[in-house]
Amino acid sequence: MRSKPVILVLFVHLCLSLLSFSLAISPGDGYTITGRVKIQSMGVKGFGAHAKSSNVKVILNGGQRVTFLRHDGSFSFYNVPAGTHLIEVDALGYYFSPVRVDVSARFPGKIQAALTENRRGLGELTLEPMRVEHYYEIREPFNVMSVVKSPMGLMMGFMLVVMFLMPKLMENMDPEEMRRAQEEMRNQGVPSLSSLLPGAARSS
Amino acid sequence: MAMAIRVFLLSLLFFSLADHSFSLYEDQAGLMDWHQQYIGKVKHAVFHTQKTGKKRVVVSTEENVLASLDLRHGQIFWRRVLGANDAIDGVDIVLGKYVITLSSEGSILRAWSLPDGQMVWESFLQGSKPSKSLLSVPINLTVDKDNVILVFGKGCLHAVSSIDGMVLWKKDFSAESIEVQQIIQPLGNDKIYIVGFVGSSQFDVYQINAKNGELIKHTSAAFPDGFSGEVLSVSSDMLVSLDSTKSILVTINFQNGEISFKKTHISDFVEDHSGIADILPSKLSGVFAVKINTLLVFIRVTAEGVLEVVDKINNAAAVSDALSFSEGQQAFALVEHVDGKVLLTLKYSHDWNNDLLKESVEVGHQRGLVHKVFINNYIRTDRSYGFRALIVMEDHSLLLLQQGATVWSREEGLASIVDVTVSELPVEKAGVSVAKVEQNLFEWLKGHILKLKGTLMLASSEDIAAIQGMRLKSSEKSKMTRDHNGFRKLLIVLTRAGKLYALHTGDGRVVWSLLLPSLRKSGSCEHPTGLSVYQWQVPHHHAMDENPSVLVVGRCGPNSDASAVLSFVDTYTGKELNSLGLVHSVAQIIPLPFTDSTEQRLHLLVDTDKHAHLYPRTSEAIDIFQREFSNIYWYSVEADNGIIRGHVLNRNCIGEVVDEFCFDSRELWSIVFPSESEKIIATVTRKLNEVVHTQAKVVADQDVTYKYISKNLLFVATATPKASGEIGTATPEEASLVVYLIDTVTGRILHRMAHYGSQGPVHAVFSENWVVYHYFNLRAHRYEMSVIEIYDQSRADNKDVWKLVFGKHNLTSPISLFSRPEVIVKSQSYYFTHSVKTIAVTSTAKGITSKQLLIGTIGDQVLALDKRYLDPRRSINPTQAEREEGIIPLTDSLPIIPQSYVTHALKVENLRGIVTVPAKLESTTLAFAYGVDLFLTRMAPSRTYDSLTEDFSYALLLITIVALIAAIFVTWVLSERKELQDKWR
Repeated sequence: MRSKPVILVLFVHLCLSLLSFSLAISPGDGYTITGRVKIQSMGVKGFGAHAKSSNVKVILNGGQRVTFLRHDGSFSFYNVPAGTHLIEVDALGYYFSPVRVDVSARFPGKIQAALTENRRGLGELTLEPMRVEHYYEIREPFNVMSVVKSPMGLMMGFMLVVMFLMPKLMENMDPEEMRRAQEEMRNQGVPSLSSLLPGAARSS
Repeated sequence: MAMAIRVFLLSLLFFSLADHSFSLYEDQAGLMDWHQQYIGKVKHAVFHTQKTGKKRVVVSTEENVLASLDLRHGQIFWRRVLGANDAIDGVDIVLGKYVITLSSEGSILRAWSLPDGQMVWESFLQGSKPSKSLLSVPINLTVDKDNVILVFGKGCLHAVSSIDGMVLWKKDFSAESIEVQQIIQPLGNDKIYIVGFVGSSQFDVYQINAKNGELIKHTSAAFPDGFSGEVLSVSSDMLVSLDSTKSILVTINFQNGEISFKKTHISDFVEDHSGIADILPSKLSGVFAVKINTLLVFIRVTAEGVLEVVDKINNAAAVSDALSFSEGQQAFALVEHVDGKVLLTLKYSHDWNNDLLKESVEVGHQRGLVHKVFINNYIRTDRSYGFRALIVMEDHSLLLLQQGATVWSREEGLASIVDVTVSELPVEKAGVSVAKVEQNLFEWLKGHILKLKGTLMLASSEDIAAIQGMRLKSSEKSKMTRDHNGFRKLLIVLTRAGKLYALHTGDGRVVWSLLLPSLRKSGSCEHPTGLSVYQWQVPHHHAMDENPSVLVVGRCGPNSDASAVLSFVDTYTGKELNSLGLVHSVAQIIPLPFTDSTEQRLHLLVDTDKHAHLYPRTSEAIDIFQREFSNIYWYSVEADNGIIRGHVLNRNCIGEVVDEFCFDSRELWSIVFPSESEKIIATVTRKLNEVVHTQAKVVADQDVTYKYISKNLLFVATATPKASGEIGTATPEEASLVVYLIDTVTGRILHRMAHYGSQGPVHAVFSENWVVYHYFNLRAHRYEMSVIEIYDQSRADNKDVWKLVFGKHNLTSPISLFSRPEVIVKSQSYYFTHSVKTIAVTSTAKGITSKQLLIGTIGDQVLALDKRYLDPRRSINPTQAEREEGIIPLTDSLPIIPQSYVTHALKVENLRGIVTVPAKLESTTLAFAYGVDLFLTRMAPSRTYDSLTEDFSYALLLITIVALIAAIFVTWVLSERKELQDKWR
């Protein structure tokens, strides 16, 4: 049993204009990939420290190159050869889908991007987080149920049941039936713990 | 009644079954973990000490870190870790607000905001020819009111605007054959001099207009003796170099476009000079330093180009660059080692005989020599000039010296950990209490009542602060003795500087450190490098009085055929017990599973000539070894040739010297991969000290399968040569990845599987009977993780107890090289979002607890992923029985649950490795992640089922017990009364 994952699936609106191209300059043998990372202040408390864009890294091809964001969130990779590349965004507190970027060799300057998680095409290379990541469990506010549910609360509850409800049940029982049950118990002997367990009960 | 009890028990079971994922509350951060931030060995430092604002120093390091440090305390204001191929060549500050870095061999220039480290601009400088990269920020050079940054890189000179990083002009030198050495910009002048060599015997000067990059004049002169390549500028029109034999100093004067050379023999300065000289690269005006053997000679250059010796220093020393501190006054620092202390001398460049400052500072003897020094001045309250010096030591530590004392120090050696091992702490002796940590009952109760208030959300903010403080500073976890649960240990780490540190797992402090004498530069050992560290002696049972020790293996050079050095270090005292400089090299180190009577572990060192050498070199060790002689097998991987070989011991070495500890080896088998289609990219084997609890695995329908558990299994991944590079270089059609499971004793390939359209890098982990590996699927353009589980079929019929006893056994079945092992292999693949840097697996004392994978992601976080997600028996619709067993329905990608990051909201920058260490408590394991940062946490993959958690509320338990007792009394009284009433009736 896992804890219920407190995942705030905040899918941010993404530009859905399919297959539009962003232009790249092509000096010499390589191309320049230019994009933007957009982290909106999602108004989640406790994440003010993480939301700073100064320590956001953009990673090309699993660590081949690393770059950082400018003030406006833009980034560039220079001198990238034509081919299919992977861009990842490393921002603490946010979950970004890696992006597949095709740099075309036949049409120099054409760049096509798509999220790899859901194969959604990106118009411009504008990357937005798929969700906010909470690294800590959120403490449930105090309620009576949590105390009752705790082993000690259960113990108390069970005791109360035995104390106050069982005598009531016994009283309501027919004296005849009661005697029969007692006799049965005597015949069976004391119920052992093993017979209480579900597995053993099935086998018997 | 019975039903009620059953319901109660079930519900208890239900509630005690806790979640398996690693999760923390925010206030629990730092309770079981610690995190330390480092930057690495400093290469460049620029001070920023204006009258207003924070005083700081901006440094760049060998770990490609750019950091701004607080000058008062040495803390990190901000830090940026650049990519692995993005080494920083130069750092400077412009306009008083931007930090400029030149990286990637002079092709990327970035500006960072000084207060917070946000990148302001970035410009890519085009160029074609690899060359020296130089960054120069002229003080008064402006073009259109814009300060200019001069950058030379990739054969081009660029003038870059410091405001927005635009290239103002560019001069291409790649067509000329000049190797540019220096950019010289005389003060108050719009000219730039570019000086360099053509070939080795021609000197060229280009005069360039700084405003527009136009060439004013080009002069060259031949020097038939040839230059050694290094050049140092002494003044604005004077350079010093060495000739090709490195025995003649050449002063080059290029005033007014006229180049003249002047030669001076070094033997004129130093009488019995032999060997070669080197010019120190410190920029001092009018003076330069030459290192001749161990002697450091300071030479002044007069205006006429005449050289005269001003001082000779025989101690190991380092020299800073010159710093101009008041009108026309320049000073530099000279740091010497005198009698175990560091002597800091500040000298005027123009006046050698007067010292500005002379201080002797104790820096501790475990830091070695001073490697670098940077100076900065300040104005004292009495308006005189004071100086502070930032020094970088041999062990990579960084110290700030001021007024004859160390203001702060940073142990930067820990940023470059090479290898990690653990050692137990000493046992607490009876009757001797190490620290008075036991509080009295009242304090204890008060603490718990506070905690109870915390859990019931009744605590005020002060109470919460008190609780947090109490939990964090709990002295229990940083004691220097062994604890019952085995949480307190010593982490022995070897760093690239050749220093050994012992870190306490409780709070991460350095217990002792030792700069290994055997791994320091010496005459016989030119470039020593530390390789790995092993547990040499782990005393228990007998030999209890001995201290545990570790073995450090190093070699005297970068190549594998360099001779090896061994060092034995006591882990309690941190003293070197013994060290051996070996004649043979070391290619492989094999810790054998045998120990001698003093609990010293036998180690086999295999050299590059395939001879095996046994250590320790005692007759007892050889006796133990001879008994197991025929049972020792090992393998070697030649990744370049694509060959894996199996070896076995043969006989004693035959040589001139009889050495009974040296053995010849014989090749037993070899696997040759076809070089045109397969290239080895990863090999992984099981950890030697891994404990497996049981071979049997009970599956859903009361069935038993047997894990194929062998320590001699090797996982090999090969890729097509075209696809063995980075992502983006291969197409899916030409890429394929093949994985193998190989028995390293027989050389038999137990399993082979191909992933077409996939490529590396492959990161894998091998544990028990399974391998998990991570690779890139080019067709889907996503990362994938696969699991392979291998089961023993020869015992598959042993289903019940009788068959288990009398049935087919490993022992009864014939063992032959030709008999095929009956194994079945199951496998499954899943998508995984992130790139991975490293994968490890949790390990516990007895191997009962379920496993979690620790995945070091590209974001430098460590994700704990339950092994149950990587189970080949997962299916889309598991049956009821399978669900009960805990099989998760199949999904195409592995879940990333943010709460299961063990590093929670922290990062381990430049993560390189993860080490897991079992605690004595079965449920718990220690995970240590290292990179530029260090992070250690305690984790329980199946929750702490064998102990109460830290936040267990004893007070609530106490209250419950009291309430129960009260209830018993109340009910007793009530029942008495009722009975009495019944009797009266």
